[in-house]
Amino acid sequence: MEELISTISHLDWSPLWITLESGAAATVLSFFLGLWAARRAMSATPRWKAVLDGLLTLPMVLPPTVAGFFLLLIFSLRRPFGSFLYEVLGIKVVQTFLGCVIAATVIAFPLMYRNTRAAFEQVDVDLIYAARTLGMSDTAIFWRVIIPTAGPGVASGTVLTFARAIGEYGATSMLAGNIAGKTGTISQRIAMVLQNGDYLTAGIWVAVVIIIAFVLILAINLLSSRTAAPKERW
Amino acid sequence: MAISLQLERELGRFSLNIALESQCPRIGILGASGCGKSMTLKSIAGVVSPDRGRIEVDGRLLYDSAQKVDLPPRSRQVGYLFQNYALFPTMTVAQNIASGLRLPKARRQERVQALIAQFRLEGLEGRYPAQLSGGQQQRVVLARMMAPEPKTILLDEPFSALDQVLRDELQQELTDFLQTFSGQAILVSHRLEEVYHFCRELVVMDQGQILLQAPREEVLSNPRRRQAARLTGCETILEAVPVGEHRLRLTGWDVELTTAQAVSPTATLVGIRPNGPRSADGPGDNVVEVEVLREIAGPFDLRACLVPPGRPQVAPILWNRPGGSPAPRWLYLPPEQVLPLEE
Repeated sequence: MEELISTISHLDWSPLWITLESGAAATVLSFFLGLWAARRAMSATPRWKAVLDGLLTLPMVLPPTVAGFFLLLIFSLRRPFGSFLYEVLGIKVVQTFLGCVIAATVIAFPLMYRNTRAAFEQVDVDLIYAARTLGMSDTAIFWRVIIPTAGPGVASGTVLTFARAIGEYGATSMLAGNIAGKTGTISQRIAMVLQNGDYLTAGIWVAVVIIIAFVLILAINLLSSRTAAPKERW
Repeated sequence: MAISLQLERELGRFSLNIALESQCPRIGILGASGCGKSMTLKSIAGVVSPDRGRIEVDGRLLYDSAQKVDLPPRSRQVGYLFQNYALFPTMTVAQNIASGLRLPKARRQERVQALIAQFRLEGLEGRYPAQLSGGQQQRVVLARMMAPEPKTILLDEPFSALDQVLRDELQQELTDFLQTFSGQAILVSHRLEEVYHFCRELVVMDQGQILLQAPREEVLSNPRRRQAARLTGCETILEAVPVGEHRLRLTGWDVELTTAQAVSPTATLVGIRPNGPRSADGPGDNVVEVEVLREIAGPFDLRACLVPPGRPQVAPILWNRPGGSPAPRWLYLPPEQVLPLEE
């Protein structure tokens, strides 16, 4: 018990902040990209939609190391685009916090996209037609009719995206590495301390992750039950 | 008041291809589900585009593929009442009504207040559509539709999702409302009762084509086509061959009947409404000998399924027999109830 208290009081809390910050940044990016992609997918022809959908969902089903491979291919300083970013624009992705955000975004984005698209598909097309006959502009229809009506689905997609983003390990460790205080996220910290046989510290971080994840899932459930019309259950 | 439509559109199972001219301020379109009548209304409103055609309402050209005219919905001044109302579920009553208004804030609120009073929605401004009764929802949707002051209104099956009591009530409200509207109105439905009281001129559609356009009484007394007859309540449709100007032979029943309508040489069918025939005392002109194949009890009468004696395989005549009357042996088919039809 004393050991637990002293470990907690001496714990380096930086992984928590790095995880939450990079997760939040990845969620914001995924949110707008996901809305945009879902909207585009809705207006695409069925064949294009199938192709687009497949490409956008791939990061979700492939091992994160595959995403990490492609991210390194793009952003590595030894590669044309990565060196261009660094030399010309002064932007470094590899081994930086930005790398954490990009890796988490790529992995978590499909969840945002798919949930949003599913929610969009549930929006009755007559609502959109009605809005158009009433003279609303397409932008107004999107933000005032479609997004609010699809609200619960979009909201739970956002929370899921955040949950996935803070749990990201594989692509993050490849692109951003595990630099304490800079790119060291909770999931990387757990793996690292376990390698040293430090089950106590690992256990504390595991508990933190479980609590965050559970609170998030609880939030999704409450979000969808609060907004859904009461109906009979089976 | 005039409307002139020419529309062509591929619809998958069939193609929509209609031409409609009318001077009538109230037009009713009768058609089975999926016959293209909603697509016609949506094309007029501009929310879907036909492949080709021309749409002119009250002298205003809304769409013309030849001249490359295609006004966006907001410039067409067309109001649309959807079957399920399509009220915005996340907006309050007041927000729903205001959604079509592009006015400065103060003027907009004034207009919303006026509509709320006009459609008797006081006290409901802050409610959401899900918290309203069916009648209140209809009044909100009418107020919302009228907010941008449309010159034409389109009513797409406004009552088909409702039960009978509510339907009668809302039909009355809509009729009262329409008396205050001086523009062009078009109503589509698959139910004769709904379109019949609404308009003097009826258009019957089937499979993307207009079968018939005529005053409503004429559509009933002479539907001319099989689908038109079915949609106007002819449950019995039998095969027939013409044998004279007002006479034809029922091939299955092997009897000749006199008709009030002239029989066209291309007529191949006869339509009979279930309330048309009467029982007769004995043989005579337009009287057929019948046997009851089976009867189904209805709330006010018996639905009798009649065949020629001893020949149950022949296509039957359906007759609403008044309750309490004895089982018929002779059935009189009045000439005006024997409707010659083409396929």
